[in-house]
Amino acid sequence: MFNSKILSKAWLMEQKSLIALIILIMVVSFINPHFFTFNNVSNILRQTSVNAIIAVGMTIVILTAGIDLSVGSILALCGAFAASMIGLELPVLVTVLITLVGGALLGSVTGFVVSKGKVQPFIATLVAMVLLRGITMVYTDGRPISTGFTDVADSFAWFGTGYLFGLPVPIWIMAVVFAGAWYLLHHTRFGRYVYAIGGNEEATKLSGINIDRVKMGVYAIAGVLSALAGIIVTSRLSSAQPTAGAGYELDAIAAVVVGGTSLMGGSGRVMGTLIGALIIGFLNNALNLLDVSSYYQMIAKAIVILLAVLVDTKSK
Amino acid sequence: MDSPILSITGIDKSFPGVKALDNACLNVYSGKVMALMGENGAGKSTLMKVLTGIYTKDKGRIEFEGKEQYFTHPRASQHAGISIIHQELNLIPELTIAENIFLGREKTGLLGKIKWSEMYKEADELLARLNIKHKSNQLVGALSIGEQQMVEIAKALSFDSKVIIMDEPTDALTDTETEYLFKVINELKAQNCGIVYISHRLKEIFEICDKVTVLRDGKFIQQAEVADIDEDRLIEMMVGRRLEEQYPRIERPLGDKTLEVAHLSGKAVHDVNFTLHEGEILGISGLMGAGRTELMKMIYGALPYTSGEIKLKGKKLDIHHPSQGLKAGIAYISEDRKKDGLVLDLSVKENMTLCSLNYFTNAWGIKYKDEIQAVEDYIQLFNIKTPTYNKIIGELSGGNQQKVAIAKGLLTRPNILILDEPTRGVDVGAKKEIYELINKFKQDGLSIILVSSDMPEVLGISDRILVMHEGEISGEFDIKDANQEKLMACAVGKVPTQYIDNH
Repeated sequence: MFNSKILSKAWLMEQKSLIALIILIMVVSFINPHFFTFNNVSNILRQTSVNAIIAVGMTIVILTAGIDLSVGSILALCGAFAASMIGLELPVLVTVLITLVGGALLGSVTGFVVSKGKVQPFIATLVAMVLLRGITMVYTDGRPISTGFTDVADSFAWFGTGYLFGLPVPIWIMAVVFAGAWYLLHHTRFGRYVYAIGGNEEATKLSGINIDRVKMGVYAIAGVLSALAGIIVTSRLSSAQPTAGAGYELDAIAAVVVGGTSLMGGSGRVMGTLIGALIIGFLNNALNLLDVSSYYQMIAKAIVILLAVLVDTKSK
Repeated sequence: MDSPILSITGIDKSFPGVKALDNACLNVYSGKVMALMGENGAGKSTLMKVLTGIYTKDKGRIEFEGKEQYFTHPRASQHAGISIIHQELNLIPELTIAENIFLGREKTGLLGKIKWSEMYKEADELLARLNIKHKSNQLVGALSIGEQQMVEIAKALSFDSKVIIMDEPTDALTDTETEYLFKVINELKAQNCGIVYISHRLKEIFEICDKVTVLRDGKFIQQAEVADIDEDRLIEMMVGRRLEEQYPRIERPLGDKTLEVAHLSGKAVHDVNFTLHEGEILGISGLMGAGRTELMKMIYGALPYTSGEIKLKGKKLDIHHPSQGLKAGIAYISEDRKKDGLVLDLSVKENMTLCSLNYFTNAWGIKYKDEIQAVEDYIQLFNIKTPTYNKIIGELSGGNQQKVAIAKGLLTRPNILILDEPTRGVDVGAKKEIYELINKFKQDGLSIILVSSDMPEVLGISDRILVMHEGEISGEFDIKDANQEKLMACAVGKVPTQYIDNH
């Protein structure tokens, strides 16, 4: 039974992004022996973690047939607030909690506009993206906010630069986020409703499910995860950049799409998104190691995304 | 006899697990209307899809104007002169009549500029030929369904169609519009068009058709002159057995009153009153658009009502959302599985438990073992043909999808089960299984409301029948006093007083 499952064509098709990732790693390791070393891989995973964490929220939003363009702006604004609070020497735990709650609130406001206001997610989150970026600029006056040189700032830096059991802290955070999202999507009613809404909103509504609440929850989760990413970025740099996170929404969407989640909603897996984020992360690093200029890297990234989508459409 | 302009012979077509067509045949003659009859799932639509190139046939021969033809694409058959007017019209409401007629083959001049005046002139001529009073620069969205159908016919004419297929054309039409359609059909006949007329309405067959072809379970049964047969003979050909067998009936004493609806009004529903008892099957008959679905959705909480009240076991209900309806013990199974009944991309299991996950959840989340057990029980009980509970439901047949939808409602442990067109798009065998299930629920004391446009079905299994017309109850019958003529009279709003059964 187990054997036939591994060998079946359908199973292979389902794991195609994983297979692509393994092939990528094998090919690049063959060309450059420095690629698949513990240090380099740990480095790639740390670099990927911010995009991957945001992409988890994006996956859940996209599963409901929505989209969230505001993730980068939420990251910047929450990061700026976090930097200010650390600058005021608020305890780290309090700062983190307030920042996460702030992200959730920002996300649920967008979610409210989408669900109760019946505004298309693209428009609602585009508005939020521009608005929150503007607020960030006003708040920071366009300048970075330093976390300062206090003991509190030093302990806050742990989130971005620290190590736990030999691995960078952001990797652990990423792992916890993915495990949590997997559990949420596949073991709770909320997760089931996310898929149902993306598959057929009308039928879900008629099944007595409060779809407005689920949608608000979904955007709130995207907001929390963006704020979490903001904490990691701010912590790593010991300062909040007003332009932080610009364009991150597109990287997150790319990871989701490469991971096989349909933009039409209703089908996809969060573990696919992890692989999608890793493919993009490993590819960037490999091209760096192979001395490819960053201009060509963009072209390579575009080709990978296109290929992933084409393979996905063909296999359906 | 003339030789046919279109002759389809010996068509076979299989889908995974089903033989949809098995030696199906059809002849169409110029200047004649050929009725294509058969029950739901008899293969009429499949045959038309094979003819127009939407499906490829496994076997058989299509001969058009004396030559064998292979249409690989709907456009190919359309250009050859075979047009089909689908039950669901394929018009774009935001475009004008002329733009719809010439969609995809606009007349263009230099630099691809559309020759508007020429297009509108030609479209106006087509409309005039059909006696339509609209200008071709009007938006299609502003027209009634009947008028939109006329636009489809005009479109068919613009292709110089020699054969026009009409799939259930009168389903959504008013009486006047139907009369008008028949006039147009007669004109098309006079212009030597061959017409295929697909309908369930026996009366129309005898009114407008010259010949009839009957399909049953994908097989060709017979071709006959309409003049040579009567309704009973036609039904016999279609059903292939006597009606009583199709509708098993069980008797059971009526229980207490469960649902009382008083003076309920809202959009498309006016002042509706009725009661429902335990162990009773209440049939709701009427034409499309009579407000039946709206009424049911109001009771369930999916649509708002403006006045009136709903009582359940004597207690007044205040329902504004389906979740409240479910909580009160009312389950509604939608008429439209694709639109708002099922999530077609999810599995059998996930669909079946969508309304009732609260019974399968604890603080840690969904209890998969319990959920799977319940789903497997229903798969067995309802004889749902699916390889596993993880099968994507969109890949099952209509009958099996419907059984899952009914199971989904039952899993919420309702007292009142509302079934809206439960056998639409369901094959004959599965239909009977569904009737047997409904009877079983009745035996168990459930109150059941059966909304159906299929009159034999309503007459076959209901204990009492309400007829709706334009949002109002236009008749109420005990099953002993009901027959198809009485129901139809009430459905179209012509209510001779002696038909109303006061009790």
